[in-house]
Amino acid sequence: MLERRLSRLLVLGCFGALLAACAPAAKPYECTDAIGCVTIAPGAPVHLAYALVVAGPDAVLGEDSKRGIEIAIDDKGTFRGHKIELTGEDTGCNAEGGQAAAQKLAADKTIVAVIGTSCSSEARVAAPVLRDAGFTMVSPSNTAPDLTKPEKHVAGYMRTAHNDELQGAVAAAFAYTTKGIKKAATIHDGSIYSQSLAEVFEKRFKELGGEIVAGEAVQPTDTDMRPVLTNIAAGKPELIYYPCFTSAAAFITSQAKEVPGLESVQLMGADPMYSVDYLKAAGEAAKGVWNSSPDFSAFAGGYKDFLDKHQKKYGEAPLSAFHAHGYDAANIVFAALEKVVTADADGTLHFGRQALRDAMFATKDFKGITGNLTCSATGDCSDTKIAVYEIVNADPASWNPTGTTNTNPLKISQ
Amino acid sequence: MLNKLFGRMTLADAAMYTVGLALTGAIVAGSVATLSSGKYTLAQWQDLLIFGLAQGSIYALIALGYTLVYGVLRMINFAHSEVFMSGPYTAYFFARYLFNIGFLEAQPVAGLLIVSAISMFTSMAIALTVERIAYRPLRKAPRLVPLITAIGASFFLQYTFRGLYGSGIDRYPELAILKGSFTVLGVRVLTTQALVIVAAALAMGLLYAFVMLSKTGKAMRAVSEDKETAQLMGIDVDRIITTTFALGGALAGAAGVLYAIIFGQVQFYMGFVPGIKAFTSAVLGGIGNVPGAMVGGLFLGVFESVGPSLFLDGLGIPAPNQLKDAIAFTMLVFVLIFRPSGILGERLATKKA
Repeated sequence: MLERRLSRLLVLGCFGALLAACAPAAKPYECTDAIGCVTIAPGAPVHLAYALVVAGPDAVLGEDSKRGIEIAIDDKGTFRGHKIELTGEDTGCNAEGGQAAAQKLAADKTIVAVIGTSCSSEARVAAPVLRDAGFTMVSPSNTAPDLTKPEKHVAGYMRTAHNDELQGAVAAAFAYTTKGIKKAATIHDGSIYSQSLAEVFEKRFKELGGEIVAGEAVQPTDTDMRPVLTNIAAGKPELIYYPCFTSAAAFITSQAKEVPGLESVQLMGADPMYSVDYLKAAGEAAKGVWNSSPDFSAFAGGYKDFLDKHQKKYGEAPLSAFHAHGYDAANIVFAALEKVVTADADGTLHFGRQALRDAMFATKDFKGITGNLTCSATGDCSDTKIAVYEIVNADPASWNPTGTTNTNPLKISQ
Repeated sequence: MLNKLFGRMTLADAAMYTVGLALTGAIVAGSVATLSSGKYTLAQWQDLLIFGLAQGSIYALIALGYTLVYGVLRMINFAHSEVFMSGPYTAYFFARYLFNIGFLEAQPVAGLLIVSAISMFTSMAIALTVERIAYRPLRKAPRLVPLITAIGASFFLQYTFRGLYGSGIDRYPELAILKGSFTVLGVRVLTTQALVIVAAALAMGLLYAFVMLSKTGKAMRAVSEDKETAQLMGIDVDRIITTTFALGGALAGAAGVLYAIIFGQVQFYMGFVPGIKAFTSAVLGGIGNVPGAMVGGLFLGVFESVGPSLFLDGLGIPAPNQLKDAIAFTMLVFVLIFRPSGILGERLATKKA
């Protein structure tokens, strides 16, 4: 009995020794990738990085996506025995912040892929830096159309967020067709995101037959919006569309009704205003404001589970609109990594950066929680569904975007 | 006569005058075009003017802090924008508490006075601390040194408050008595803005009286004119400098509450832009000059508010309000070309020789 066990052990031991002796000699990993390879030693983590706005007035936008990534990492557990590590940089929701974050991340060659950025102006400058470093980036919340236009697309840039060509069109159609609004004005804050979304809205609204009575702009740091609103009032609009970020959007919201001629104007914004911080900043005037955002009720079945995990982990409802997109972005990275990685016997992982990038762009019919994602050659991966919401209660404590009863904001489009 | 004028002019002067005249031409052309198009009604112009006055009186109150300090120390206190931020941001938490227990709605006047007092006190304390720690040890150093510490103090305060209160935006509670508007002499004024304009005028009046009539005010003017001689006359210069910082801080705290009343939002970064604008106002009016800061602030506020519609709209520039800051700084250049020491000239309330 004992002998048999011993001999079995011996055989196993020999076999193991053979493997250990043969494997590196037979086929050492050779890097043939055009833009470099990554080696993850045994015990070293799989290093994912984020470049999101996690501080300052727009922090909820990035924090929301970051939580999505963290839940994806929890769900994944480990990657082929390696821990998954998430580190990152704040991007500040401006070009300078995006540039600085990208430069810092580019210096860290252990990074597998970058999830980010939050704001489109950050991506415009961060994408070339990360491309040159060989990284692939997936943005959970950039929506500006020109980031994925073929002539402007930067290699290695992709996003799980929607393209504003669609968001602007839904907003314009809702205002004109569903609500019968004929005269609208727009205000943007000069950022790439804000300006292009306002332009798409204007274009679509005019195509439908509506009239744009004023196209105005402010600075993101402006506080006194009454002069610009007075200018707009001269055109007597029925609706003001202002896809601005938290602070400027809240100033416009709280000051609009104080301007003569705008007492009964309908206010409408976009996804940055779909956040609890916007309610905090805008005060009572936020009640009745419309905003467009991803249609959470149309998300895939897994979204419900995600919300439960979110509630359990953070003790509150999602802060903004791009948590599920962050979750899907991280999972696209994991799925692509599974396809390209080769493992040595001791657990060392190798993969080529171009191979990973190709595998990510080849994502097809990926079952995410935001829908079935298929990435285009220029990096648009979203399965876009947009809805229009109304803020029905201005009290931040009532923020309950995903509730079944007392939902705030409330979905008002079909 | 003409010969005499041109004879004394250097090439640089001539170039500056040309720029000045071109600006004047553009302003006049734009205004004429806008006014003749009749796009805006008289009531709308009045609104813009009132909005500008309200914003301008806040600039003026902050500008006084810059100007007073410059007057006695000949230095720019760049930490003043954070002195301005610290007051209303701290007072916000008291305002929120008073609102939650119902006191602010039941006793709005007393409540607002308490909130203002807290804001003014906090700003004053911060101003005095900065003076004691960052400026006084460097009093004998070259003038650029305190300028750099001022910038350092500014960042330090900004990020300290970010650490204390977080980086999000908070909003002052909205009071029922401050809602709505009323009409004075046919001009519609928002209640909040009326309160801001009146309160700011009151604060400025009190300050002016203090500087001109009180004994301490007289000592301040003496220190401003000549520190050494003032000391020889038995004036405690350090005490006067402390008083100056305290006054500037209290005014900034008052400006902060008024800012919170018309704009609502408070956050750690809120001081930066008003601080820069107030500094511009101080230079515009003539830095070191108390009435100059008031005039400069109001002037800047009104130009920012009326300017985009009046000058730029008529010239066919799209989205003119985006260029509000450009107007503000162009105005500064414009004034400095024709009056290099500001509208009312430099110096803190001295006898003009």
